Amino acid sequence: MKYADEFRDPGLARALFARIESLAAETGATKERPLNFMEVCGGHTHSIFRYGLEQLLPDCIDLIHGPGCPVCVLPMGIVDDCVAIARTPGVIFTTYGDAMRVPGSGGSLLAAKSEGADVRMVYSPLDALELARRNPEREVVFFGLGFETTMPSSALTVLEAEAEGIENFSLFCNHITIIPTIKAILDSPDMRIDGFIGPGHVSMVIGQAPYRFIAERYKRPLVVAGFEPLDILQTIVMLLEQILEGRAEIENQYSRVVPEGGNAQALGAISKVFELREFFEWRGLGSLDHSGVRMRPDYARFDAEVKFATRNRRIADPKSCQCGEVLKGVIKPWECKLFGEVCNPENPVGALMVSSEGSCSAYYQYAGMRAKALRAEARITAS
Amino acid sequence: MCLGIPGRIVEITDETRKLALVEISGVRRQVNLACIASEDEPLDSLIGEWALVHVGFAMSRINEAEAAETLKILQALGEAQEEINAMKQSAVQL
Ligand code: SF4
Repeated sequence: MKYADEFRDPGLARALFARIESLAAETGATKERPLNFMEVCGGHTHSIFRYGLEQLLPDCIDLIHGPGCPVCVLPMGIVDDCVAIARTPGVIFTTYGDAMRVPGSGGSLLAAKSEGADVRMVYSPLDALELARRNPEREVVFFGLGFETTMPSSALTVLEAEAEGIENFSLFCNHITIIPTIKAILDSPDMRIDGFIGPGHVSMVIGQAPYRFIAERYKRPLVVAGFEPLDILQTIVMLLEQILEGRAEIENQYSRVVPEGGNAQALGAISKVFELREFFEWRGLGSLDHSGVRMRPDYARFDAEVKFATRNRRIADPKSCQCGEVLKGVIKPWECKLFGEVCNPENPVGALMVSSEGSCSAYYQYAGMRAKALRAEARITAS
Repeated sequence: MCLGIPGRIVEITDETRKLALVEISGVRRQVNLACIASEDEPLDSLIGEWALVHVGFAMSRINEAEAAETLKILQALGEAQEEINAMKQSAVQL
């Protein structure tokens, strides 16, 4: 058994696979009517692919790779707004490296940079704030994106700018929030989810209470999981046990990092600086109610949306790109017509190909050959 | 960007702004401790502790064994190197 040797504890990995096999059989799930477990976090997606978990699990369990990679769900209109701000004379536009290559309708931030816009990669919003300190005559904009994991950093940086009176710093806030997103997934008619592998680091910030509605109203289990492959396997065991015992509860597999109540300081900063938007536009998923946050009016002078009057353009995704269906788990990445030759990590058409946490890029990297074969197979059966 | 990386707090550099030097896989950089600091504990008491660092902010205290495990898995995933590169290539070195 070669595969198990790759795990930190091969013996434990084997035992968990065996347990999953027998529990799954007991549920009566089959290849034709599988149990669908969605991992919401891109970190999990990355781990699942790196260790080939999907292929190792019994085929009556399907993993659906959810919309948890913030870079992957960035719509083109927002990239266009970023490029427009970056091209404004006097601006230094700062961003996490991951967002540089996301395609907009007129090219990516990287392309804008090569055409002369001052776009700089930063590791942290604190670095962007430091650039503002060092360049008082320039306007420094930080592109804030991500779920609740990165939201506190943006909020605390704005609070720091306010405390120091650094007025040439602003945040282009495109943070998204997890709970309304999960709700939208549960309400979507073409999705059938039997349980959730809950995001570890988002939960480290928000705690477990916000998930309760999933168990109470939708009667689905959610288990907060660490991102190690053994964590994920253990989580699947916990989900299967809940299903077999007829329970739907919020459980925590990752208690060594995730406290029950979340992080009070981080939550305090978030609610001070941000408020919910009516809706937020996602790539592939369309508009989801209350799924994003904007800055409160009190912080308008640090809000790039106000400073630069961004147009909030809506640009439809390219027709042939099927990112939306992949995100919802309706098709697998290799079933997209563009996968491989047209859309690949070197030359991404859709955002799911940009980040290593996007499911298309993950398939391409770790399951490239296999995916090609599957695609050929899908074509043969389709024709 | 979302997974974070473990680091050891080595020195408090700014008490009021809650900034510290943190050693992350051999790289030292300034990290904000606001999310793991508590009112009734001096910041100094965090020196030597391990934390999970996300984009320049310590988000959760972890123990040394957990830190070592997490680092190993991040290395296997290729994420550790990505984080370190992001730190080294950042437009400003803090
Ligand atoms: S292959 Fe490219 S276009 Fe197709 S779903 Fe994946 S990222 Fe989107």
